[in-house]
Amino acid sequence: MGLVLLVVIWLITLVSSYFFYAHTWWLPHAASAAAPAIDRQFDLTFVLMGIVFLAAQLGLGLFVWRYRDRGQKAHFSHGNNTLEFTWTTLTAILFLGLVMASNRIWAEQRFTPPQPGAIQVEATGLQFAWYFRYPGPDGQYGRTKPELEDASVGNAVGIDDADPAAKDDVVSGVMVLPVNRQVDLTLRSQDVIHSLFIPAMRFKQDAVPGLMIHMHFTPTQVGDYEIACAELCGLGHYKMHAVLKVVSEPDFAKWLAEREAEKQ
Amino acid sequence: MATSEQVHVHPAPTGFLRKYIFSLDHKVIGLQYYFLALFSVFLGMGLSLLMRIHLVWPEAHLPIFGDIKPETYLALLTMHGTFMVFFVLTTAPQGGFGNYMLPIQIGAPDMAFPVLNMLSFWTTFLALVVMVAAFFVTGGAPLHGWTGYAPLSALQSSGPGEGLGADLWITSIALFCVASMMGALNFITTTLDLRARGMSLMRMPLTTWTWFVTAILGLLAFGVLLAAGILLLLDRNAGTSFFVPGGLVLSGQIINHKGGSPLLWQHLFWFFGHPEVYIAILPGMGVCSQLLSTFSRKPIFGYKAMVYAVLAIGVLGFLVWGHHMFMSGMSPYSAFAFSYMTMAIGVPSAIKTFNWLGTIWKGKVRLTTPMLYAIGFVSLFVSGGLSGPFLAQPSLDIPLHDTYFVVAHFHLIMGVAAIFGIFAATYYWFPKMFGRMMNDGLGKIHFFLTFIGTYAIFMPMHYLGLAGHPRRYSQLTEVSYLHGLMPLQHFITIAAFITIGAQLLFLVNLFWSMFKGPKAPINPWEATTLEWTVPSPPPHDNFGGKTPVVYHGPYEYSVPGAPQDFVMQNDPKQYGEGTAH
Repeated sequence: MGLVLLVVIWLITLVSSYFFYAHTWWLPHAASAAAPAIDRQFDLTFVLMGIVFLAAQLGLGLFVWRYRDRGQKAHFSHGNNTLEFTWTTLTAILFLGLVMASNRIWAEQRFTPPQPGAIQVEATGLQFAWYFRYPGPDGQYGRTKPELEDASVGNAVGIDDADPAAKDDVVSGVMVLPVNRQVDLTLRSQDVIHSLFIPAMRFKQDAVPGLMIHMHFTPTQVGDYEIACAELCGLGHYKMHAVLKVVSEPDFAKWLAEREAEKQ
Repeated sequence: MATSEQVHVHPAPTGFLRKYIFSLDHKVIGLQYYFLALFSVFLGMGLSLLMRIHLVWPEAHLPIFGDIKPETYLALLTMHGTFMVFFVLTTAPQGGFGNYMLPIQIGAPDMAFPVLNMLSFWTTFLALVVMVAAFFVTGGAPLHGWTGYAPLSALQSSGPGEGLGADLWITSIALFCVASMMGALNFITTTLDLRARGMSLMRMPLTTWTWFVTAILGLLAFGVLLAAGILLLLDRNAGTSFFVPGGLVLSGQIINHKGGSPLLWQHLFWFFGHPEVYIAILPGMGVCSQLLSTFSRKPIFGYKAMVYAVLAIGVLGFLVWGHHMFMSGMSPYSAFAFSYMTMAIGVPSAIKTFNWLGTIWKGKVRLTTPMLYAIGFVSLFVSGGLSGPFLAQPSLDIPLHDTYFVVAHFHLIMGVAAIFGIFAATYYWFPKMFGRMMNDGLGKIHFFLTFIGTYAIFMPMHYLGLAGHPRRYSQLTEVSYLHGLMPLQHFITIAAFITIGAQLLFLVNLFWSMFKGPKAPINPWEATTLEWTVPSPPPHDNFGGKTPVVYHGPYEYSVPGAPQDFVMQNDPKQYGEGTAH
């Protein structure tokens, strides 16, 4: 029985570890400025936790087999304070060191204001779609009113055209961004909580009704990336997705100008 | 301190109703909790199987059940989580085994407040009835998930199931909170006031310690959830706006609320919700400690460290709730504090794991079925625990939050690890509770199928989460990068079928052994704690009118000089146990 248990624990441990080690399923291709630091921290955590995982599981399997009842006498001991002190200290250093390193990355991303020259985009979540608004040449978002929100007349965001700042606002169902330029993103929700999740950007942030949440990130590679909703928002949660198109700066300017022209 | 002699002893009831239904006996109430949890766990498991079927065969027409629509899937998900967390993981370890064993382990004739104990169970039962009723009302069960985030849960028009179903859901949870607080008061008072002579705090079995600390957590946490639940009911039905801000438009209708905060719900919910995780797992840790010591024939390694670790987990458990909210729009600065606290709670958890390994080390390991489950508990606790440090780092939580990685994490550690604790406790205490032995061979087959099956279900969920698979998606057809992950989802569903099927072995073993199992002796495992000094099952007042006196710590195994390799806690003779420290 001891041997069976050892084999089962070891097999589970090694097979599970293999798929992590082989990256058979892994974080999607990273395409934002913040992603490399996050991914490095990820790898570091994986290596450290992986070592602990292997040591603990293989040790557990080994012990139950090695010390199975064969009529021997059990060693009489109530413990060892030196050992307790040692593993407590080592674990504390490991865990707190890890979070200290990690929080530097968090601080760099979330404690800093957006760069000057960042492109402004407002993302609005509603059951069950995302809308992206660009403030246009004036750099000002127009006023919105809940009573004007009506997707059937093409004004899902509820822009009030009486506001002069609203005249050049562009709303799109696709999030188009120029490459290598920071986006200064404002997140809103009209109904329940949604969450803008862009795996390739290593970006996720809830859009909370009643709050305007400011975030920023910088796409670094041209391409199409999927946006999913990561907060349960109702029966259509699974289909609330959109596309992020990262394009070159000239292509972006051209796209925005065309949308502006359509609007006039 | 009142000793147990001073507490009123109620006479053994004679009528069926007072003996088995409205019983004041903590042992009967413990069994009532256990069977309530058993019903709930099979219900919750059935719901999860329907979810697994729907995920991989979305077009399947199920017999009786019919089609699963997206809202049905979310209702299944909500009710699965609710049944499992409240009516299984909170109920079986604490209300079930804690109720049955705590008074006996400390040498008391019953709980401090037997009537309160009965009331606590029947309020829980009422809560279960109300929760089950949510399936059958117009619109069905709510779809807002077991966490019930507002405003989804606060607005009747936010989806099917958010009408009467959601009201019943909240009412049931409020009732459950009241019941849990009554139970918690009883556990705390009993532990503090009814211990037998010689049963000092530092001689209490670790199971008793964990039930005691769990009760303190329950008393503090369920009150907050109760308050939050009442506020949510008011928001839904009385026009208040605790959790609903102004200016919302839902299905084209302007919502008449203003000034509320959706984040307030999350703070209140998780202030309960994180301690709740420990409410579910602490008793399992106690059982694991007790069993590893018993079946390794060794004193628990580092008893004091184990007690301090449980206390540290209890305290820190109240300071980490914000780690559920790193992406919620909460101030990013507070993420700092919560991440440090969360990593800190990993330290006492690691201490416990080291001490468990230390207990087995150089032992004489008897691989009985309960011991296999205790070992399985350690393995799952390690696997589920080590994904914690990923999620505790706010910067790594960005890609992982609300993905299957989180689903894998909490299922391994608070779901199946706690369930393994319940299985271990069942196989271990069954002889005491029913006076008969369970079938060991069938138990071992059940263990290996469940152990391998559990890993086959939840390990791949880590891979799904890494690949960015969001949780709570009823269909995987819309977001294109999910298509490539379908083979894993199929694998998980097949593993779930086999694992759930294996649970029938447990049911058969449980009920067959209850009536046909071989008669159990008083102390079949050669264990040391007080429940193994009384007949199986114990008489109405546990000790037959003679209060035990305690002379030893709870885990004196293989003491040099002792005639056997275990020293009962009430053995008046002294052996050489003080020599080794």
